[in-house]
Amino acid sequence: MVSKPHGGRLVDRIAKGRSKERLLVEAREMVKIHVNDSIAADIANIAHGVYSPLEGFMVQEDYLSVLHNMRLSNDIPWTIPIVLDASPDEVSNVKEGDEVALYHKGRAIAVLRIEEIYGWDKREYVINVFKTDDVNHPGVAKTLKRKELFIGGQILLLNDPPEPFERFRLWPKETRVLFEARGWRTIAAFQTRNVPHLGHEYIQKAALTFTEGLFINPLVGWKKPGDYRDEVIVKAYQVLIEHYYPRDSVVFSVLRMEMRYAGPREAIHHAIVRKNFGATHFIIGRDHAGVGNYYKPYEAWDIFKEFPDLGITPLFVHEAFYCKKCGQVVNAKICPHSEDYRIYISGTKIRDMILEGEKPPKYLMRPEVAEVILNHPNPFIKES
Amino acid sequence: MSENERKGKYTTVSIPITLYNRIKRMIDGTGFTSVSQFVTYILREVIARMEEEKLKSSGISEEEKREIIERLKRLGYL
Repeated sequence: MVSKPHGGRLVDRIAKGRSKERLLVEAREMVKIHVNDSIAADIANIAHGVYSPLEGFMVQEDYLSVLHNMRLSNDIPWTIPIVLDASPDEVSNVKEGDEVALYHKGRAIAVLRIEEIYGWDKREYVINVFKTDDVNHPGVAKTLKRKELFIGGQILLLNDPPEPFERFRLWPKETRVLFEARGWRTIAAFQTRNVPHLGHEYIQKAALTFTEGLFINPLVGWKKPGDYRDEVIVKAYQVLIEHYYPRDSVVFSVLRMEMRYAGPREAIHHAIVRKNFGATHFIIGRDHAGVGNYYKPYEAWDIFKEFPDLGITPLFVHEAFYCKKCGQVVNAKICPHSEDYRIYISGTKIRDMILEGEKPPKYLMRPEVAEVILNHPNPFIKES
Repeated sequence: MSENERKGKYTTVSIPITLYNRIKRMIDGTGFTSVSQFVTYILREVIARMEEEKLKSSGISEEEKREIIERLKRLGYL
């Protein structure tokens, strides 16, 4: 049986029928707040239940509770603030109780009823969420650029933001129906922001060995320079699944949500989101959602001990490597051989090879996947 | 939040001393640093299970389900 939604009920904040028509007209007269791609994605995620039980952007009580307790003010686990920032100018003509129109790329995508407008401390945010205030951390740098105020309140979605990967986008209601239609009672979800190498494939298939379905759900959206472009990730997975996966046991869909690089806290966030899609298990590998050396390699495993009420089972999988003596991809738990025989499957090493136009060896990456990347004129993100 | 709900970060509940001592002995060396931490952990686990058992409906209507299945078929998922 698929997981119950986080907080008990799958949120649906989508305006429909006459109510939608009326709000679309009224939105033209409301104060407009223009949002970027990441906030637009958050709006859609709230409305479609990806962030259940959130029904809007956080008010201060929830925001502070998340920062300091890693829980909403009603004690439900939540680790990443979902907040809408605005400048004093943008909210100079509105007050609590008013409705504002949220615009994205010139189109009204939602209406927000303002419950609260409040200031926030940028250092308090980054120290709690990222455990550092180093501006070289991409999540910290992005957070410090946010505007001075947060607006909390319920939203109602009028239009979905544009999605280039519409063919591969599924919402929680859809995955829940899909998993049930396939008869899956246990589903392992895999979060990624990378193209797949043999280490990822090993971890996914290890999980699938013990569950009925595998849900591969890469993030598309804002990522730091040097990461793979979304279209490369999607195409790489398409060929991998086509050539090497049992089709009836795998669901591949994208999730538009920015990477925060918040390590352990983001691991919990990723797990909660996949619980809302119906997954019963969530795969946590080495340095989940990490960047640089800000988090210990298995720090994300430890944080799960603080959440006995998460409602999704973490699957902790050790880093995979190729062992020359075993002759296959294994991990430290199952391989008895020394470091001399081990070739670690490093994403950085693969990236360097690709930048040199070199095809990674077969024990690191499937040739079909390597070809997708090498054939792309510009597989890496150049700027934020 | 109702008027009866308490504010702040912590509050006190009472448990029998015998139970307190039993828990204290049991958590020694387990990673739990206090009886309060242990009791909080256990209560959250139990409450989450009880809340889950109370939930029955998926929240998706039959009509919605039919539409979703059609879309999933069009996209090749089913």
